[in-house]
Amino acid sequence: MASYTLEGSTGTWEIVCGLEVHAQVTSKSKLFSGASAEYGAEPNSHVSLVDAAFPGMLPVINHECVAQAVRTGLGLNAQINLWSRFDRKNYFYADLPQGYQISQFAHPIIGEGVVDVVLSDGSVKQIGITRLHLEQDAGKSLHDQDPTKSFIDLNRSGVALMEIVSEPDIRSPEEAGAYLTKLRQIVRYLGTCDGNMDEGSMRADVNVSVRKAGEEFRTRCEIKNVNSIRFVMLAVDAEAKRQIAIWEDGGEVVQETRLFDVSKMETRSMRSKEDAHDYRYFPDPDLLPLILEQAWVDELKSHLPELPDAKVARFQSQYGLSPYDARILTGEQITADFYEQVAGSRDAKKAANFIMGDYFAALNKNGWNIESSPITIAQIIDLLDLQDKQVINGRIAKEVWEANVAAYAEVDRETWAQVSFSPSQYVDEKGLKQVLDTGAIDAAVDAVLAANADKVAAFKGGQEKLFGFFVGQVMKAMAGKGNPALVNEALKAKLS
Amino acid sequence: MFDLSLKDARDALRAKKFSSRELTSAYLGAVEQLNPTLNAYITTTPDLALQHADAADKALASGDARALTGIPLAIKDLFCTKGVRTTAASKILSPFVPPYESTVTANLLADGAVFLGKANLDEFAMGSSNMTSAFGGVTNPWQRQGSDAKLVPGGSSGGSAAAVAARIALGATATDTGGSIRQPASFCGIAGIKPTYGRCSRWGVVAFASSLDQAGPVARTVEDCAILLGSMAGFDDKDSTSANMPVPDFAAACARGVKGLRIGVPKEYRMEGLDPVIDKLWQQGLDWLRDAGAEIVDISLPHTKYGLATYYIVAPAEASSNLARYDGVRYGARSPGRDLIEMYENTRADGFGAEVKRRIMIGTYVLSAGYYDAYYLKAQKVRALILKDFTDAFGRVDAILTPTAPSAAFGQGEKMDDPVTMYLNDVFTVPVNMAGLPGLSLPAGLDHQGLPLGLQVIGRPFDEETVFAVGQALEKAAGFTALPTLRAGV
Amino acid sequence: MSLDPAAVRRIARLARLRVNDAEVAALQTDLNSILGWIDQLNEVDVTGVEPLTGGTSIALRQREDVVTVPDLTEDVLSNAPDRDGPFYTVPKVVE
Repeated sequence: MASYTLEGSTGTWEIVCGLEVHAQVTSKSKLFSGASAEYGAEPNSHVSLVDAAFPGMLPVINHECVAQAVRTGLGLNAQINLWSRFDRKNYFYADLPQGYQISQFAHPIIGEGVVDVVLSDGSVKQIGITRLHLEQDAGKSLHDQDPTKSFIDLNRSGVALMEIVSEPDIRSPEEAGAYLTKLRQIVRYLGTCDGNMDEGSMRADVNVSVRKAGEEFRTRCEIKNVNSIRFVMLAVDAEAKRQIAIWEDGGEVVQETRLFDVSKMETRSMRSKEDAHDYRYFPDPDLLPLILEQAWVDELKSHLPELPDAKVARFQSQYGLSPYDARILTGEQITADFYEQVAGSRDAKKAANFIMGDYFAALNKNGWNIESSPITIAQIIDLLDLQDKQVINGRIAKEVWEANVAAYAEVDRETWAQVSFSPSQYVDEKGLKQVLDTGAIDAAVDAVLAANADKVAAFKGGQEKLFGFFVGQVMKAMAGKGNPALVNEALKAKLS
Repeated sequence: MFDLSLKDARDALRAKKFSSRELTSAYLGAVEQLNPTLNAYITTTPDLALQHADAADKALASGDARALTGIPLAIKDLFCTKGVRTTAASKILSPFVPPYESTVTANLLADGAVFLGKANLDEFAMGSSNMTSAFGGVTNPWQRQGSDAKLVPGGSSGGSAAAVAARIALGATATDTGGSIRQPASFCGIAGIKPTYGRCSRWGVVAFASSLDQAGPVARTVEDCAILLGSMAGFDDKDSTSANMPVPDFAAACARGVKGLRIGVPKEYRMEGLDPVIDKLWQQGLDWLRDAGAEIVDISLPHTKYGLATYYIVAPAEASSNLARYDGVRYGARSPGRDLIEMYENTRADGFGAEVKRRIMIGTYVLSAGYYDAYYLKAQKVRALILKDFTDAFGRVDAILTPTAPSAAFGQGEKMDDPVTMYLNDVFTVPVNMAGLPGLSLPAGLDHQGLPLGLQVIGRPFDEETVFAVGQALEKAAGFTALPTLRAGV
Repeated sequence: MSLDPAAVRRIARLARLRVNDAEVAALQTDLNSILGWIDQLNEVDVTGVEPLTGGTSIALRQREDVVTVPDLTEDVLSNAPDRDGPFYTVPKVVE
C-alpha cells in the first residue's frame, strides 16, 4: 500500500500519477528553422517561412537542440539512443501551421532513466523516466481579442520542446510536486531549459488514476497544460477525489482529457474532440534518422556541470552541512555557487546559517534575488569575519547587517553603484566593538544587580527564568556590546 | 528560330546571331498564339521575361554568359517563384504569390535563364493526364493521324511537356513523383529526366509525396535535358534530403557512347497485354544499343508488379499530411465557416479537386489507427524489396531499358471512369521513384496513329551520366524527327 | 478492406473535408475500388524486411544554432486571407 491514501466510503484508495512535462529547450533558434526562439517578441516577428508552413518549406534540425536533449537525458540518468527518428503527429488546429507536429513517436532520442526525489520526511523516492523526445512547440491562439475571431501568433511555433515522460510511479500530490521541482532543478542546472512555468517554458500534463491496494491500474484521465508546481499538486488532489467519488458511486471513470480550473480548484472536461487521438503517426519523409556518435555523447557528459544530487552529497561531506541545509543551498545553482564563495575556508556551517537565515530574509523582504541583490560577497565575508574574530557579538552583527541592507533598500536602485558600505568601517565609526574587558562587565553587572535587589532575591529563591532578565539589563547598560559569554559568566558568579 | 534546340539556341546567342530579347519575344509571341488552344500555361509573365532577356543580353555583351543565359523556359507551376503567382493548378492556391524563390528556379535564374510563365499541371502534381488542373486541361500538340480529337499530354507535368513539344518554350522544369516527367515526355515526343532522389533540391517546390518528389527538366533533346539538369541540380542545405554530391558535367557525358555497357532487360516489364507496337519499339531500342556496342542482359525485377500498389499507398499517405497545411489560415483561398472546423472543411472541400480529395482520403485512411501496419508499413517494406531488385540487377548491368508508358497519348475524357485505370499509366515509371533511381525518357518512334512513343533508361543512384550516354545513343539511332501538328514556327 | 458510408465520413472528418451524401457515395465507390486493387500487396511476403523510408539512408544533417531569419512579419502575413495587425485571424474555435 502506498503511504499516502485517501479514505472513501468503500475503502482506502491510493493515487497513481505520471507526469508528461513539456520543457522548452534553451537555444537561440528553433528546432527546425533559423527563426529566433526568444520569448516575448512582437507577434509573428520570430517566424520563418518554415514555421508558417508555406508551400515547399522543409525542416533542418538544430544541432544545439539535439545536444540539449542529450544533456538532459544524461542528467536524468537515462539511456541515450544513438539512433532515433522523427515522426509526424497529424491533427488540425489554427496554431499548428503544418497540420502536423514533427515529434518522435516510435524511436525517441532518450530512453529509460530515473530521478531521485527527496520528500519532506527526508525519505528518497525514485521516480522512473520512461522517455524524453524532441518535438516542435505550437503557436498561440488568442481567443479573447475579438468576439468572433481568434488571433494567431506563430512566434512559438517550431520552438524546440523536450517532452519528458515519467513512469506512473507518483503516489501523492507531494511526490508530484517534489518530482516536478527536481526536474526543474535539473534542467536549470544543465542550462537546457529555464523552467519558467509562468512564461510557459515548462508545462505539465498530469495523468491521474486511483485504485485500491493490490489492484491493477484503473482508467486514468489527463489534465493538460498545468503551469505551476502548486497547481499540479492541487490538480492531482482534486482529480483523485473526483475519480474516487465516481467509483464509489458505482460509476466508471471515463478516459478523457481535462483542464484544471484554478478558480474552482477542480478539473473539468475539455470539449470532446472525437478523432483527436488518431494522430496517424508516420516517419517524417522530409527528415532522415538522427544518428549520434558515442564519442560526442561522452564529450557532452564530460562537460556537464555538477548536478544537484552530487552537489548535495559534496556539500555534506565537504562543508559538514546537514542533508536539509545542503538541499536548501543547492536548490538553485546560483545559490550554491554563492554559498561556496562565501563559505570559502571559513566556518561553513556559520556561513550556511547566515545565508539561509538573515540573508534570505533580507532578499525576501526587499524583493531581491541573488542575481539582483546589491549586497556583495565582500560585505558578507567582512561581516562573518568580524564575528568569527569576536570583534562584534551576535546582536551587534544583526545591527550591522540591517544597516548594510538599509544602505541599499532605502535609496534608489540607480544610486546603488555609489553606495559604499563596509561592515568593518561601520563598526569602527559607530564604536560597536565588543567589550571583552571583565572589569567593565563586572561593573555593569554590579550596577544591574544593585538596581534590582528584589529580583535578585526572587532568583535566589528559585525563579531561574529571571537570569534572562538580568542578561538583558546588562546588555542594555552596555549598549549591546558586552561579550555574551563573559556577561553570563560574571552574572553566574555574582548570583551564586 | 523555333527549329533550334536549346543547345543550338544557346550557341547562337553566344555567337550573337540574335539577341535574347529577339528570341524571347519570338517565344512570347508563340505563347500568345498557341496557348489559348493548348492551355499549357496557367500564368504567362511577358514583362518579367523581357526583363530577364534584357539582363541576359547585357551579360552576353560583357562576356559574362552563364550556362543558360538568355534561354526562355517554362516553369511548372509547382515551383514557388518570388512575386509570381504559384497555384499548383489548384483553386486553393489560386491567389498565392510566394515571397520566396524555390532553390531550383533560383539556380536557373542565377544561370541566366528567362522565365516565360508558369506551366499547367495536374492539381498538386496528382495525375497522369493534366486533366485534373483547376485551370483547365492541357491539349497535347500531337493529334492522331486523320483526327483532330484532343489528346492528353500526360501528367502531371503536361503543361511543361506540351509547351516544349509545341515550341512555345525551349525547355521547361517539371517534377516527377510516379512518372510525371517521363510519361508526359513520352506522350509529347520529347525528352525528360527524373534524376536520382536528392539530386535536385525540393525547397520551394510544393510538396506532394516527400520521399518520391524530384525536380527535373523536359526539353527537345537528351543533351538539352543534360544542360538544364546541370543548372537545376546541386546540394541545398535548406533541404535535409538533398544529397551532398558534386554535380558532374552531364552535357559532356551525353556523347560517351555505350561501348562495353551492359543493358538490362527486365522480363517483368513485358506484361500481359503489352501493346505489340511498344514491345517492338523496345526490341528495336535493344538492337540499336547492341549495334552501338552494348551488351544486352536479361534481368529480373520480381516485385515490379507491386510497384503501383505500393506507390498508391505511400504517395497518398505522404500527400495527405503534406496537404494539411492548405487550410485557409495563412495563405491561399479561404471559404467562410461559422467556426474553425467548418472553415477548414469548406475551404478544403471547395479548394481541392476530386482527384486530390481521393488521394487525401486514401492517404488518411492508410495511416489511420489500426491500418498503419497493414498498409503504410507493409508498402514501405515492399518498397525495400523493389529497391533490392534494382540493386541486385545493377550488380550485373549498368543501365536498364524499358518502355516509358503502356500506350501513346489517349483522348481527353478517356480513362476517367475509374481512378485505377488512370493509375495504370504509371506502371513502368513508378518503380523507379520507389527506388529513388534516375530515369530518362526519350522519343523513340511512332505508333500506327502517328503518336510518339518513348523508351525509358534507368540508371544507378547518382549515375545520370550513364543514363544520358545511353539516352543519347538511342536518340541518335532513333533519328526521331516527327513533329506535332500544333507548334510554333509552322 | 471495404469502406461503408460511416467510415467515409469519419475519414473525411479526419481530413477536414466537407462531404455531402452524393460525395460520400462517390468516394465510397472510388476508394473501395482503389483499396481493392491495393490489396494485391497481401501476396507479398515481407518477413524480415526493414521498411525503406527515403532515398539515400544517411544520417540527418544538423545545422548550427544561429538565428538566420530576420523579422519576416510582412512576408509571413503577405498572403493572409484575414489578418488584424500582426495577427492571422480565423473564426473562433467552439470550445
